Amino acid sequence: MLKPVHALRVAWPRPGDPLPGFRFALITTVFWIGLIVALPLTALIIRPWQEGTGAMVAAMQDSRMFAALRISFTTAFLAALLDVPLGIILAWSLVRAHLPGRRVVDALIDLPFAIPTAVTGITLATLYGPQGWLGAPLKYLGISVAYTATGIVVALMFVGLPFIVRSVEPVLREFPPELEEAAGLLGARPWQILTRVALPTLMPAIVSGFGLAFARGIGEYGSVIFIAGNQPFRSEIAPLLIVVRLQEFDYAGATSIAFVLLVASSVCLAGVAWLRRRVARGLIAGADS
Amino acid sequence: MSVRVEDLTRSVTGSKGEKTLLQDVSLDVPNGEFVALVGPSGAGKTTLLRAIAGLDPATSGQIMIDGRAMQGLAPRERNVGFVFQNYALFQHLTVAKNISFGLDVLPRAQRPSRTEIAQKVSDLLQLIRLPDLGSAYPYRLSGGQRQRVALARALARRPGLLLLDEPFGALDPVVRRAVRTWIRSLHEQLGLTTILVTHDQEEALDVADRVVVMQDGRIMQDGNADTLEIRPATPFVMEFLGESLCFAGQISRGWFLADEAHIEPFQVADQEAGPAVAMIRPYEVTLVPEAEGSSLKRTGGRYGMARLLVDLGARSVEILRPEAEMPAVDGTKVNLAISSARLFRDGHLLHGKDPVVSAVTAENIRASEIPAHVLSAN
Amino acid sequence: MNAAGDNSMIRWGLVIATYLIVGLMLVLPPVVVLSEALREGIGPAVATLADPDAVSAFRLTLEMTIASVIFNTIFGVLAAWLISKYRFPLRGLLVALIEIPISISPVVAGLVWLLLFGTQGWWGTALERMHIAVAFAPPGILLATIFVTFPYVARTLLPLMEQQGRDVEEAAMLLGASFWQILFYVTLPNARWALLSGILLTTARAMGEFGAVSVVSGHIPGLTETMPLHIETLYNGYQSVAAFTMAALLAIMAMATVWLRSVFEARALRLPEPDVQEGGRA
Repeated sequence: MLKPVHALRVAWPRPGDPLPGFRFALITTVFWIGLIVALPLTALIIRPWQEGTGAMVAAMQDSRMFAALRISFTTAFLAALLDVPLGIILAWSLVRAHLPGRRVVDALIDLPFAIPTAVTGITLATLYGPQGWLGAPLKYLGISVAYTATGIVVALMFVGLPFIVRSVEPVLREFPPELEEAAGLLGARPWQILTRVALPTLMPAIVSGFGLAFARGIGEYGSVIFIAGNQPFRSEIAPLLIVVRLQEFDYAGATSIAFVLLVASSVCLAGVAWLRRRVARGLIAGADS
Repeated sequence: MSVRVEDLTRSVTGSKGEKTLLQDVSLDVPNGEFVALVGPSGAGKTTLLRAIAGLDPATSGQIMIDGRAMQGLAPRERNVGFVFQNYALFQHLTVAKNISFGLDVLPRAQRPSRTEIAQKVSDLLQLIRLPDLGSAYPYRLSGGQRQRVALARALARRPGLLLLDEPFGALDPVVRRAVRTWIRSLHEQLGLTTILVTHDQEEALDVADRVVVMQDGRIMQDGNADTLEIRPATPFVMEFLGESLCFAGQISRGWFLADEAHIEPFQVADQEAGPAVAMIRPYEVTLVPEAEGSSLKRTGGRYGMARLLVDLGARSVEILRPEAEMPAVDGTKVNLAISSARLFRDGHLLHGKDPVVSAVTAENIRASEIPAHVLSAN
Repeated sequence: MNAAGDNSMIRWGLVIATYLIVGLMLVLPPVVVLSEALREGIGPAVATLADPDAVSAFRLTLEMTIASVIFNTIFGVLAAWLISKYRFPLRGLLVALIEIPISISPVVAGLVWLLLFGTQGWWGTALERMHIAVAFAPPGILLATIFVTFPYVARTLLPLMEQQGRDVEEAAMLLGASFWQILFYVTLPNARWALLSGILLTTARAMGEFGAVSVVSGHIPGLTETMPLHIETLYNGYQSVAAFTMAALLAIMAMATVWLRSVFEARALRLPEPDVQEGGRA
């Protein structure tokens, strides 16, 4: 009986797909992804345990690592959070305000994507440095930005801003003005229109923009290290600590931090994804009721 | 080119388990014939067409083109012309480049010279009556023009077999009719073997020598327009080919007795007694005056036929009668005579007696060419 | 006050806020770069670019960028073809693996190569015995750059190629085209703007990559320093004019690439939609 053989062949979704190139493309792609992505990541996952659990245990007791991770996560979180209102304002201006110079502003939004991080780093360090154009006045007011955790937040805000704008903008563009007008006709004040009509609709986009900015901020290196001052326990970010450990030839230590960073940011991103789904579902439920 | 499909089965494993798209399909298309595959969507007609082209592999069974087994032969080696439902024109190439694609990709040794290709393209542009559009891009063309370009592209390598997947689907009704006739004449002119997929039974009956009716991955019936009309294999074929009325009843001592009132019994030859279903076209029903009969109500008319609503008690049915008959039946009570009905039992046609109908299709009726003997049947 | 007055006040408030945010956050930084670079005039600024180390950094960046663009284009196209035109088991895993480098810290992206090829890495000593330098040498920099820019070509191509389905490929196949003919005559021309956009994005990212390259490079001026790394060296050496001049050059290169990309994207959007939506399959 041939039946079982057929069943087996059919399990492969397109048996004998006549479109040529499948095998070639599959082999090349698997080979390349394996070499460039899978192999290095395997090394990252295995390496911390290779010399027994010692390195990992030591890393887990390293308060400097935890301080660096804490700084990385809190600054990234704060920066993404502060970017949210700024990003919404920019997106709204681009879509609705008939802004004079809209095209220029539109192009400038992508600037942080385009500028290499090292350039961002030295520029912000100079701008907010004690003698910088913004640093000097701020110092006069008693606020020091450069070489503190505040500087990290400033740098990460710069890097993260486009993520919020570009997430919110398309949704805002699709958002029918009639909705706002209807709410206005129903007697809602502008503030009420914003909080009760516009923001709930934008929420999923805001959360995903926040998530992207946050994720980028956790791992950011080049734009931060120049402005951060890099003092252990105060303004030292986790990626920098990895570099420090490497310079001390402590591969196991560096890898342990990288491993923890990877796990922690995966957990955070999963959390953001969950939040986004929840918000989106709430939106649908809200529309139904 | 002749095509022979033997016991073709195709099943795929989807998210909802295994699904059979084609079940033991067999089909014979002799050289030069024009065959239409019809059926509702999901019947498997496109799947069958794609299998013949080699686009979708079969699970079992085989396909032979000109007596040659196609097993393991890549689509490019089969030399069949295929016109996709959405035409699948290459958007980045001009009409001329689209048409010459099949020649341009030939290995150098087999490729015609540049001038030969140009000549061929201009011949094909003539053939599809778009001689000036060679340098246009597909997005500039109308639906009908794109369709013709797709056809010219498929014909460029002189395939013996032309496969058309719903080629008229995206065209408006007027263009459709013209293109249909044109494709038929092209078929004759180039001596092609053509297989057409359509969900429109009228189109199929109109253009093809033979119509293959499919349902749920199986071939229900395969025959010419007359056969399908006079001897539909199943109630589905009867219904799919046109408006029909259905009467449940019993065969007893050589007579069909409808369960409902107001239906005249009629004689059937040599049939085993038992339940049966009589199906008939609305225009084949005739009226018999009967004092105890049902009342009639005219609901409209077209092409010289009046549409009449007949009250059968539990339900009403609509029949078609010539307007000329109207004065005679106006205000009278009638029974329905359905002796030209096809009789089915357990989902299959009862053989033994051909119903007294001639080759009347719904198409003819719309053209108001109803032969007198049909109108006067019974 | 009426509602219109309300709205226009809010509108103007937001417009002014927009200009403030854009001015302080987005306009000032490039102005700072230029003003720092030109602090001593244009002559001294340009002169710093003639420094041998600067020239070598420029050349290395160019080489690394071109090489990683070539590799990632070839494999990105094949991966996009595979994932968009076929259905097969573990297809989702491939997509996930392609996207991973985007969410990984650049420093970790550099570190992983040291784990393989560094002196304490798995194959570091073996390579050293064979006198093959990967870590702290151009091959390592290339691997790190390829890793960081890995997803862009495939990811820009994928949505478009998925949306285009495979009807035209099947048509080409029936007309006798081979795999390479389908790819080069049909699939890629249909996706040319997306491909170009992906290539330009890869280019911009590759030339500006800092973190990953910094970890594997070893910072040897004139040998393993790319432009971003050389900027760091100059800046930390208090050679502000030189640092900012190179920064300006690099930023202009990257921004020009990104600008070119948006021009092509606008071009692609103006082209008519391919008529793939006209009808599904029966």
